[in-house]
Amino acid sequence: MKGQPYPRMYLYRRLVQAKLFIDTHYAEPIDLGAIADEAFFSKFHFIKQFKSIYRQTPHQYLISLRIEKARLLLKAGLPVSDVCYRVGFESLPSFSGLFKRMTGMTPSAYLAEQQDLKAQIAAAPLTYIPGCFAHKNGWLKK
Amino acid sequence: MITRMTHSTVYVLDQDSAFDFYTNKLGFKVVTDVPMGNDGRWLTVAPPQMPELEMVLAPVTRSMFSKEVSETLKDLVKKGTFGVAVLTCDDIYATYEELKAKGVEFTKAPTKEFYGTEAIFKDDSGNWYSLAQLK
Repeated sequence: MKGQPYPRMYLYRRLVQAKLFIDTHYAEPIDLGAIADEAFFSKFHFIKQFKSIYRQTPHQYLISLRIEKARLLLKAGLPVSDVCYRVGFESLPSFSGLFKRMTGMTPSAYLAEQQDLKAQIAAAPLTYIPGCFAHKNGWLKK
Repeated sequence: MITRMTHSTVYVLDQDSAFDFYTNKLGFKVVTDVPMGNDGRWLTVAPPQMPELEMVLAPVTRSMFSKEVSETLKDLVKKGTFGVAVLTCDDIYATYEELKAKGVEFTKAPTKEFYGTEAIFKDDSGNWYSLAQLK
């Protein structure tokens, strides 16, 4: 399907490409100035336009993305120090501080909570499934 | 008095592929993922800002159906029979460009309607969604 041109289409495409670049390279040291250059924006204009669409500056978006990725890795059971470096933070204290500020828990508390939840699910899976669905799927017979 | 909706079902052709589509392409969050052994997997996802509405990604081959029903349902899903939901976003052009860049197939580009701007896309099974930026 070929869409019709719409107002500011090329601006949107450049901003979306910049966001997707952050989505792909969040774990690397990212130079937001270089991304702005790549997208043919001045740094100031890039930050302003990015914020007008995503309601966050590119830097705020990068940090929230790293924290979200960290949550997923902790959920999967990876140690806190591994997670910190894998998502692109360079210092454990700054990672822990940001994680706590954004999620309300320290990374180690979150890791422990998620592993505990996983154990509970493994021990009693049906507790997490509405009974009618479990019944229809034949999972209550066991 | 009914107060809220907590679960709704989306029938999908392949649960693993749907998992990838809904999380990595649409950006939905996994709410519950419970392996049920050989009998399947209870998998629910939710739009990022609405974790209380769990969408059950249910494979059409699930044991709750007879073979005949399963085949019919599979066929209907593939043919794009089912419109599942209206999903809203803050900026439809940015969302449209991002999803397109991720390979999501649109059957309607953003178009101004009397209620806002709407586009239509299909999931990896064939179910369609309205993507809307409401007025």
